[in-house]
Amino acid sequence: MEVNQLQRTFLEYTAALFREGFLDSQFTQLYQLQDESNPKFVVEVVSLFFDDSERLINDLTRALDEPIVDFKKIDAHVHQLKGSSSSIGAHRVKNSCLPFRDFCEAQNTDGCLRCLQQVKQEYLLIKNKLEDLFQLEKQIVAAGGSTNLVEWML
Amino acid sequence: MGMAVEESQFHVLAVDDSIIDRKLIERLLKTSSYQVTTVDSGSKALEFLGLHENDRITPNETSVSPKLHQEVEVNLVITDYCMPGMSGYDLLKKIKESSSLKNIPVVIMSSEDVPSRISRCLEEGAEEFFLKPVRLSDVNKLHLMRTKCCKNIQNQETQENKESPEIQLQTAAQSNNNNKRKAIDEGISPDRTRPRYSDLTLTLTSTSLSLSTKYSPSRNSFFCDRKKLSEIPAEYQVVLWYEN
Repeated sequence: MEVNQLQRTFLEYTAALFREGFLDSQFTQLYQLQDESNPKFVVEVVSLFFDDSERLINDLTRALDEPIVDFKKIDAHVHQLKGSSSSIGAHRVKNSCLPFRDFCEAQNTDGCLRCLQQVKQEYLLIKNKLEDLFQLEKQIVAAGGSTNLVEWML
Repeated sequence: MGMAVEESQFHVLAVDDSIIDRKLIERLLKTSSYQVTTVDSGSKALEFLGLHENDRITPNETSVSPKLHQEVEVNLVITDYCMPGMSGYDLLKKIKESSSLKNIPVVIMSSEDVPSRISRCLEEGAEEFFLKPVRLSDVNKLHLMRTKCCKNIQNQETQENKESPEIQLQTAAQSNNNNKRKAIDEGISPDRTRPRYSDLTLTLTSTSLSLSTKYSPSRNSFFCDRKKLSEIPAEYQVVLWYEN
């Protein structure tokens, strides 16, 4: 596939992610911090986010499985996830954390379990989409093109 | 251009328990040419600050080049508010309560926009409060919060006050051109591609004070009027720097 076509696909894919609320402007900010001296910055930060989120989701699953649920601890985990998803622009993951915190405050285990499902779902969605996006990026770079997202995203 | 004033970089200590946020703030700060150290807790931050507490040299000579200070000085602390163990607020308090650290500006970051939290931090002495996610535009504000002051003092002429706060770095040739357009006609060469260091002046002005400094190549430092420098309140001491 020629470079221009790949770049068009990349742009359209990214635009769709923004349109559908998967990503917000913070994601664009990440690209502003990427340059020749740090060409892999976005991929690195997002990888950190993946690792961190998976750890948190596992901790949440375990915590909600306890006979006596520690809502403070769960709230702390959700707060962390909300923060990290916000920091990379993972808009829907961040939003899924909001009702989760409300249910923690209400000490509602069922509500929390439902929220955890929602969070997991949103996380897996954005993970797949970003992995696809980075794959596209790799192909573009391999074909000799560049993905200067910042210039495109206005 | 290698000048001691420039190479002694502004060093920021960033404190955040989130590895993602640490990576972000580090990149944001480095992009803005700051030297950065990141730690993941308030207690590690104090440890880092404490290590250098005793090393700090109090110069009593009148001319000090920042490069003489071989230890790593921290010029600003930027910390997350919500952290397990010691919170950013606790860290702020500890820094402001310490006689040796209290002049270090502290900036608080938080993902939550809680007005009472913000005012509490500002009252405790925080310089600024950034809402997360922190952006480049926020980091750009940090230029104004420098505690390092090049105390290079020599009697110089001062300039008249101006209305708005302003930092002007210009060569003598530039300032001449601003005031007298016919300078070019009079034969002053317009094709000087590099500023002569001896022509460099750096002027800092606010509504109440105008501080003019001149660069001395032999001393590799900026010099200003001693009296004027002493009029600047300690909390607003400014680093004088040159960037190309």
